[in-house]
Amino acid sequence: MAKELLKGNVAIAEAAIRAGLQAYFGYPITPQTELLEWMSARMPELGRAFVQAESELGAINMVYGAACTGARVMTSSSSPGVSLMMEGISYIAGTELPAVIVDVMRGGPGLGNIAPAQADYNQIVHGGGHGDYNLLVLAPSSVQEAVDLTVLAFDLAEKYRTIVVVLLDGSLGQMMEPAELPPMKPLKTAYPEWAARGEPGDSRRVLSSIYLDPPAEEVANVRILNRWKEVEANEVRYKEYMLEDAKIAVVGFGTSGRVALSAARAARAEGIPVGLLRPVTLNPFPNKQIERLAETVDSILVVEMNAGQMLEDVLRDVKGRVPVEFFARVGGIVPLPDEILNEIRRMASQPLSTTGHPRDRWLKRMPQIMA
Amino acid sequence: MQNEIIIAGFGGQGVLFAGQLLAYAAMDEGKEVTWIPSYGPEMRGGTANCTVVIADEEIGSPLVRNPKAVLVMNLPSLDKYEPLVKEGGVLVLNSSMVPRGVARKDITVVLVPANEIAEELGDRRMANMVMLGGLLAHLEVLPVKAIEKALKDHLPARHQKLLPANIEAIQRGSKF
Amino acid sequence: MTITAPELEKTIYTRPESLTSVQTHYCPGCTHGVAHRLVAEVLDEMGLREKTVGVASVGCSVFAYNYFEVDFVQAPHGRAPAMATGVKRVLPDRTVFTYQGDGDMASIGMGEIVAAAARGENITVIFINNANYGMTGGQMAPTTLPGQKTTSSPNGRDVETQGYPVRAAELLATLEGTSYSVRRSLHDPKGIRNAKRAIRTAFEVQQRGLGFSMVELLSICPTNWGMSAINAMHWIEEKMIPFYPLGDYKVHPMLAEVKI
Repeated sequence: MAKELLKGNVAIAEAAIRAGLQAYFGYPITPQTELLEWMSARMPELGRAFVQAESELGAINMVYGAACTGARVMTSSSSPGVSLMMEGISYIAGTELPAVIVDVMRGGPGLGNIAPAQADYNQIVHGGGHGDYNLLVLAPSSVQEAVDLTVLAFDLAEKYRTIVVVLLDGSLGQMMEPAELPPMKPLKTAYPEWAARGEPGDSRRVLSSIYLDPPAEEVANVRILNRWKEVEANEVRYKEYMLEDAKIAVVGFGTSGRVALSAARAARAEGIPVGLLRPVTLNPFPNKQIERLAETVDSILVVEMNAGQMLEDVLRDVKGRVPVEFFARVGGIVPLPDEILNEIRRMASQPLSTTGHPRDRWLKRMPQIMA
Repeated sequence: MQNEIIIAGFGGQGVLFAGQLLAYAAMDEGKEVTWIPSYGPEMRGGTANCTVVIADEEIGSPLVRNPKAVLVMNLPSLDKYEPLVKEGGVLVLNSSMVPRGVARKDITVVLVPANEIAEELGDRRMANMVMLGGLLAHLEVLPVKAIEKALKDHLPARHQKLLPANIEAIQRGSKF
Repeated sequence: MTITAPELEKTIYTRPESLTSVQTHYCPGCTHGVAHRLVAEVLDEMGLREKTVGVASVGCSVFAYNYFEVDFVQAPHGRAPAMATGVKRVLPDRTVFTYQGDGDMASIGMGEIVAAAARGENITVIFINNANYGMTGGQMAPTTLPGQKTTSSPNGRDVETQGYPVRAAELLATLEGTSYSVRRSLHDPKGIRNAKRAIRTAFEVQQRGLGFSMVELLSICPTNWGMSAINAMHWIEEKMIPFYPLGDYKVHPMLAEVKI
């Protein structure tokens, strides 16, 4: 199929439809609203379910109900709306159901603003809802990757009976790039054994996140964790750029990852041997790849659009073996390539500290960065 | 090779569409391209801008501090972007809308009375096309033909009758 | 006159097929069991048992999924109407019902129930009003009567500071999407017979695709009310019904042709 110039939000919506989406439930919130709007026209036209819910709370529980039938279901929102969904996310995880959630992140905390941010990392990657569960998190950095990962999200959700989150920031949701959409997949006709569909002749199906007996809940927790271990073993995804001979490695995901790519290229042009590792799955995180980096480069720069949420995961993997520096713009500001280039130049020309926390050093530099 | 173009003005001046047209033309020419708008809570009448990056290889940042070219449709945008144009770059100014000149000497400045020309052609809303013409004449980024084809393919159906006038607008702009 | 054996063994009362053969966790005397049975009888009579998905809520009826011999899913507190919406939109030819208490539906889930009704969601809601939070030990509910003592209104519900009770059947009846909204009581045999007819009608509404249907059932809670079951029955008659009048608050005109 030929490439089309597509807005991120619209591309994700149409990719989901072509991946066999059967039901969409959502609530308007900037900067993801185009996704819901696209669904509102396309889903009814294809005879599929669409409901604009009364709230994100309603939407996630509609997803919960529809997921119980074994159908391909999805919702989308932006940071404050996703916070409101956390209850349902925990229940869906506890009931071991497949579902896809798209989070187009914006500046926070609170109502914050509608500008691009990556500050939902902790709430999505390290929990947010109650209880022991993991979300499989995919972080695209381009419209084409958003299309491809959305399609993959449905397959992974069903394979592992898990929620898959496509996590991107507002700029990618609003951005247009050429991308190729997949062909239209036929809707599924076979449903898993566990699905509650009121099917005449079938034995009774009950779906619940309740295990009143603690030993039974323990068994469920362990089952969920064992399934997650399979995800960790099979589904780590990342992209490497110019790392073969790199002495400085930049680590960034999504938009901050692609901005860092521009900075890395500019630094290369100046003769600085720098490369980029861009995690595509944030959970499972490419721990082994970071550990290997710590053995091959002299220093690592973590770039984010939050106050160092992924930074902690990188530090855990680096284990103090090489100096780690941190750079971020927060509150809805996208870092520019020259800002990251300045950090790379500084790291290439000055002795680096291994004492103290990289976030604290960044915070000290922030008055100049913000000026 | 990479070119970055910022188009800035008031909402309603066709700033976003002009950028999309560049993006469509770039895509059709087989280039890598990104189009990213500033998006704000105001629905109408506020300031609007978009950044278009056109390149031969995978594009990193869709935003830049110092663009190769800027199309300025109003005074606030001139104040904001004049200092930011890359040295040796291009600043296309809608002189119908902006009462002052450009101080910088290290960039190519193209003054286009875009509103007057558009009105002559029958519709002031074509000022954005006149400005695009002005850009293409001074920045080697895309052939005028590519833009004309993109216009034909992507002008909304209800505006197709204005296609010849729009093409003329681009051509008039490219004379500056 | 001699009575022959077959006549002696004539079965006049059995467990509905739509109920599972287990002992419930409900307190002695509680009318949840009656409500369960009425719903099950209606599903049997309408031949819906194998084509139904129930949605359990949070509260005393949280384990409803163990008691109905139909597919069941279990919702977060208050969210059953949203979850039922998800099921019904994917499976529009199945019968979908929620079974919710007053704390669940009229307090934490007020948003979801009103929105589902306003959408005219083609689901049936069985709403148990027993004027208190039963499962957590008898706290004040949105339906607790003015002056009624509960463990969180120890001096009696003071409407000045704790507000007024919610009349759910009347409230939902105001919405265009609601096709059937009625209140019945489970405190005496006549009330129970009327309740069953209402439940049957509510499911008929859904079968006909007429939209949202809700049956509010006044129900006793002898344990938390601190009364014998018989006194609790009297309390419904003397205290609850004057505040919560039994009646039909919204009945879709097309139901006139439905004879039950």
